[in-house]
Amino acid sequence: MSFRARHLLGIQHLAPDEIKAVLDLADKYVDLNRRSIKKSDALAGMTQINMFFENSTRTQASFELAGKRLGADVMNMSVAQSSVKKGETLIDTALTLNAMHPDLLVVRHGASGAVNLLAEKVNCAVLNAGDGRHEHPTQALLDALTIRRAKGRIQRLTVAICGDVAHSRVARSNLILLGKMENRVRLVAPPTLMPAGVAEFGCEVFDDMRKGLEGADVVMMLRLQKERMDGGFIPSEREYYHRYGLDAEKLSHAKPDAIVMHPGPMNRGVEIDGEIADDINRSVIQEQVEMGVAVRMACMDLLARNLRAERGAKATGVMV
Amino acid sequence: MTIFLQNARIIDPEAGTETIGNLILDGGIIAAIGAAAAPKGAQVIDCGGKCVAPGIVDIGVKIGEPGERHRESFRSAGLAAAAGGVTTIVARPDTKPAIDTPEVLEFVTRRAAEAPVRIHHMAALTKGREGREMVEISFMLDAGALAFTDVDHVVTDTKVLGRALTYARSLGALVIGHPQDPGLSKGAAVTSGKFASLLGLPGVHPMAERIGLDRDLGMVEMTGVRYHADQITCARSLPALTRAKRNGLDVTAGVSIHHLTLNDLDVGDYRSFFKFTPPLRPEEDRLAVVEAVASGLIDIICSMHTPADEESKRLPFEEAAAGAIALETFLPAAMRLYHAGAMDLPGLFRAMALNPAKRLGLPQGRMAEGAPADLVLFDPDAPFMLDRSKLQSKSKNTPFDGQRMEGRVIATFVAGRQVFGEGNAHA
Repeated sequence: MSFRARHLLGIQHLAPDEIKAVLDLADKYVDLNRRSIKKSDALAGMTQINMFFENSTRTQASFELAGKRLGADVMNMSVAQSSVKKGETLIDTALTLNAMHPDLLVVRHGASGAVNLLAEKVNCAVLNAGDGRHEHPTQALLDALTIRRAKGRIQRLTVAICGDVAHSRVARSNLILLGKMENRVRLVAPPTLMPAGVAEFGCEVFDDMRKGLEGADVVMMLRLQKERMDGGFIPSEREYYHRYGLDAEKLSHAKPDAIVMHPGPMNRGVEIDGEIADDINRSVIQEQVEMGVAVRMACMDLLARNLRAERGAKATGVMV
Repeated sequence: MTIFLQNARIIDPEAGTETIGNLILDGGIIAAIGAAAAPKGAQVIDCGGKCVAPGIVDIGVKIGEPGERHRESFRSAGLAAAAGGVTTIVARPDTKPAIDTPEVLEFVTRRAAEAPVRIHHMAALTKGREGREMVEISFMLDAGALAFTDVDHVVTDTKVLGRALTYARSLGALVIGHPQDPGLSKGAAVTSGKFASLLGLPGVHPMAERIGLDRDLGMVEMTGVRYHADQITCARSLPALTRAKRNGLDVTAGVSIHHLTLNDLDVGDYRSFFKFTPPLRPEEDRLAVVEAVASGLIDIICSMHTPADEESKRLPFEEAAAGAIALETFLPAAMRLYHAGAMDLPGLFRAMALNPAKRLGLPQGRMAEGAPADLVLFDPDAPFMLDRSKLQSKSKNTPFDGQRMEGRVIATFVAGRQVFGEGNAHA
């Protein structure tokens, strides 16, 4: 078995063969999800808790559906309005949940590294559903699956990641994944939204979007994260749209068959023109949502297998 | 009580020498250096060729009194200091409330009596460290304040700062600044760069320190105040410091032992025990700052001892408290610089004992007849694994937990009296 991880905290910790294992299994789940009976027993008897310290509709729904289709008992904790408000620390919350013996813990948190911290304190498998500006591994995996299905491969492609790179965990995870799979990654953003030292990551950096899109196979747009900004990164949304919003003219600089991606939710007319987003010949944004469920099923399935193996080994006294 | 230290490797930071010899401690002072025989009735301690140096004078120790005694008390800090060879603690005023009135200063002075080492106090420069009104500098000087500082709160209003510095200058008071541009460093948890971006943590550019230093040096030039920069941690701050000293400003600079021995990569997987103010710097900066200490451009090494309880550290990195305890690990950490060949022992004790004492007008830090018998006996080569649970501080937030260290304190003497040590030293 080539997927060895105990938790899915970030793409950083995955090897290329592990990424491939997720994508291969996810392909199978795409087929399952398109059937009329969408049920597997991969997680039968297991408990999955979704703990979202930051509000999310799409990702939480995707994880919930993934768990249910695999036969897990799924519980959603709306932590945003619970004991955390009463002053309980993240670690206490984790320990409390751990005492309920969950098997899979899906966590989103506003602080970078918070999910890593939590994973140290629990006995179950932890999936990072996004931590601060750090990582969002299932998003990068679903993007990779979408690209692989559209382009027939996830190697030797030119991928332009455009927009609010500084505040984006999606950009970080994608940058790492695409680099590991040997693609050419370009980052396109105004300099105020480009993180420091990013050129050392082995990618090309552009502040001119047209140049950045030149010859790209994939154009990945990012949401302008207004809620993470503490003011004054860009002069205005309309100037941002003028220089960095993806419209037909800017897209014409990419390859004629380039696909357009967006992790959602979109700010139409800010980072992407509505017509481009809806163009079924170019946009794979809806496919990304579909791949999301399949990829999350694959990740949870693989983690559950490792968890069972570990527990089985413990029960029989075998060292793993 | 007379103590005879025989067969000691005597470290003299003033002369820059190491010599094997004997010492007589009597009446609280170093009575003789190089004496051949023990005076009658003296307690004889055989140092076995190990090092004896002036005890460390540590500028900038946070003690939790008043307000946070559960993190550190004068007694626990004093025990930690004694175990670490720190014979003089100069305590910070970033307490709750801040030490900003003579009354609070009198309170802490009384409380400090329970510590086995010498404790001096600094006072806030502005009331509540809020940067609006200067404290009663004259009264506070009379009450024993050695220096004035708002610690990591930068006085942003230069008019307020200018008045405080001018007033301080007229009284000859030493002001300690925290060179940091508050706008650039706001909300930062680490130094900006590739590593910060990878972790998704908010970073501050090293230029924030340079800008803060440039501003402070401008204010010093304007007012003529005696000024000490608490922590200079970046290569790009050094030319400004060189210039200021060459131009004859009354300026000195310090750096914490952590910035000399750790770098930004040590944060690793969000380890909050490696969170500092200012944050740890890249290796190039660390090396440049070590060189600046060795050359004397940076005058003082301090511990920036900052006790923090588990609750304030067991949080996501951005939310976790900054700072680390260091009184007890100061000397072993400094030995890393010695073993790496970056500095010799007299040079280290110049920066850890002689220079801080001189800057604060204290008689400590010298290895001379007549100087206070505040000494540390240590083995620079003794290896050990650091176990934070064994440290004396009430808080256990050390970045060196589980690490291999070299350099152990064998005994500590304050005013000629042994305050730490066992075995041979007790004989």
